[in-house]
Amino acid sequence: MKDNVILRVAAKILFAPIIVFGLYVQFHGDYGPGGGFQAGVIIAAAFILHALVFGLDAGRRLFPLWLNIWLLAAGVLIYGGVGVASMGLNGLFLDYNVLAATQATGQHIGILLVEFGVGLTVTTVMLLLFHAFAGFEPRDFEGGDSVLDKGRSRDDE
Amino acid sequence: MSIYALFNNLPALLVVVPLLLSPIAALIPSGRLAWVTALLGNGISVIAAMLLCSVTASGIRITYFLGNWPPPWGIEFVVDDATSLTAMVMAALAFLATLFAGRALASEIAAKDVGKAYAAWLLACGGLYGLLMTADAFNLFVFLEISALASVILIALGAGQDRRALIAAYNYLVIGAVGATFYVIGVGFIYAVTGSLNMADLAQRIPDVEAGSIIYVGFGFMVAGMLVKAAVFPVHIWLPAAYSYAPSAVSTLLAAIATKAAIYVLARIIFTVFGGVPEVTALALEWVVVPLSIAGIFVGTIMAIYERDIKKMLAFSSIAQIGYITLGIGIATGAGIAAGFIHIGNHALIKGGLFMAVGGIFLATGARVSVDSMAGIGRKMPVTATAFLICGLSLIGLPLTAGFISKLYLVRALLDNQNLLIVGLVLASSALSVVYLWKIVEVMWVRPAQVDVMEISERPALYIPLWVVAISNIWLGLDAGWLVGAAEAAAASLLGAGG
Repeated sequence: MKDNVILRVAAKILFAPIIVFGLYVQFHGDYGPGGGFQAGVIIAAAFILHALVFGLDAGRRLFPLWLNIWLLAAGVLIYGGVGVASMGLNGLFLDYNVLAATQATGQHIGILLVEFGVGLTVTTVMLLLFHAFAGFEPRDFEGGDSVLDKGRSRDDE
Repeated sequence: MSIYALFNNLPALLVVVPLLLSPIAALIPSGRLAWVTALLGNGISVIAAMLLCSVTASGIRITYFLGNWPPPWGIEFVVDDATSLTAMVMAALAFLATLFAGRALASEIAAKDVGKAYAAWLLACGGLYGLLMTADAFNLFVFLEISALASVILIALGAGQDRRALIAAYNYLVIGAVGATFYVIGVGFIYAVTGSLNMADLAQRIPDVEAGSIIYVGFGFMVAGMLVKAAVFPVHIWLPAAYSYAPSAVSTLLAAIATKAAIYVLARIIFTVFGGVPEVTALALEWVVVPLSIAGIFVGTIMAIYERDIKKMLAFSSIAQIGYITLGIGIATGAGIAAGFIHIGNHALIKGGLFMAVGGIFLATGARVSVDSMAGIGRKMPVTATAFLICGLSLIGLPLTAGFISKLYLVRALLDNQNLLIVGLVLASSALSVVYLWKIVEVMWVRPAQVDVMEISERPALYIPLWVVAISNIWLGLDAGWLVGAAEAAAASLLGAGG
């Protein structure tokens, strides 16, 4: 699709506003409808649009696989880390009250960090799923050295 | 973190530690380090479960409010005698299975997948512990999905050895999802008429509900869903393929702990959530759980007799053994439930040991283990084969082994209940299980070894977990005091909670 100038220009124009809208939904989640899940999908949509228009390889150059996997794990760890931190501060798991001097501030900090972790993981999982399915080719069944390959090679050594 | 905070947060730590170590294991490039992470996670779980056991043994029922939101608004973890006993059994077996996996998993799957396999491994363990801890009916569904999806990944890893693992994993995914959906539909019905999801709160509200038929429907869906997850006959069909085509370490882990959590949840639903409406649960127990358990005992045993592939034979035998557990729980007396919980512990030990031994033989011979390929193994691999024999005798229920204690308490509970017919059936099925085990034993020791297996040597790295399990089988047969006491306390707390 990268030969089509209209799609290319439209994708370039839309890319940043989609992410900004995603961030709006992300931070709005503290007070009302929104939050990490919805924001994560919206932000991932921007990257998926980019990959659809400019190709999968361009998409992976913008957002490499290793970064994708690291951010995915980081999101889960941020979420869980907030819980562990609140346990460390003599509270219960995910008890935001103990995170700051006052309850209100603690709740603010807690929900902000947890939603950030959720958003990060949802964005990266969406991207990973998209690339896994879009990049899937029948020849992956033939060669490759992953699960589908026989694991016996180690025994032969 | 102070010691006080550490103790206060034990219920959460048991679940959170494996779940959070999982993404870390996924990022570790070295399979060996990922294994150490998994071992660490499961080791911490064992310690947490032991501490929880010691707390509940002193008669304390632990409640834990996640995020400090009190129930019924927030999610609550409850640990009573039944929870801590099941958690202890599962954590101990998961730790031993992880110890076994160190060598076994690395040689069965591609090196670059090992780290991610341990991520799924930890995720499965964390999800299963979550199933035990949670006292929130919907949160239970979330943990059900976490553990099921992680198990599907682990089963599919067997594709490197045998492509049929992919079909087995897919079947488990679909059938497991149907089971989980049934459960959540049931929760939906109950939520619609009670407006609550907390189990203790539900137990109080359900007897007062006017629309009795909705309670029946909701209960039916929830129980049917969990029967699928627990692989009770006739909804067991996902289990034999899943256990037999998964890598040996995964078979060990799943056979030892996966269905145990589902059985525990089944008991929780019947006796805690619906404890206040015995007319509903008695119907299901008498007409569904008990007959299906007995049918499962016989179908599993007979299928095992005709099976040539050892892993599949053990999987069929698991269906029979699950039948013994649900039969104990199904007769719904204190002694019956205690017998069920005793067998949860003993069956985890027996099947864990048997799958480890078969995994060891598989690693040594490098081919799928069938009855014929085991010829002469008893003399070639005496250490592994002896452990297999001990666990096998325990499976039959020979005196001085753990399996005997299970059968003894089950039969005693049935006699208390005047169920002479069922006693006869249980004893007959035990006799039948001798058939398939003797078949293996005969081949292992009596038949001469095939020529092409002359150079078999055993792997000492596999001895430790295997023999810990084998010795536990004997030790629990000689001195079952702790397990029986804990199981009786578990039964008392399950029956008491609903009243």
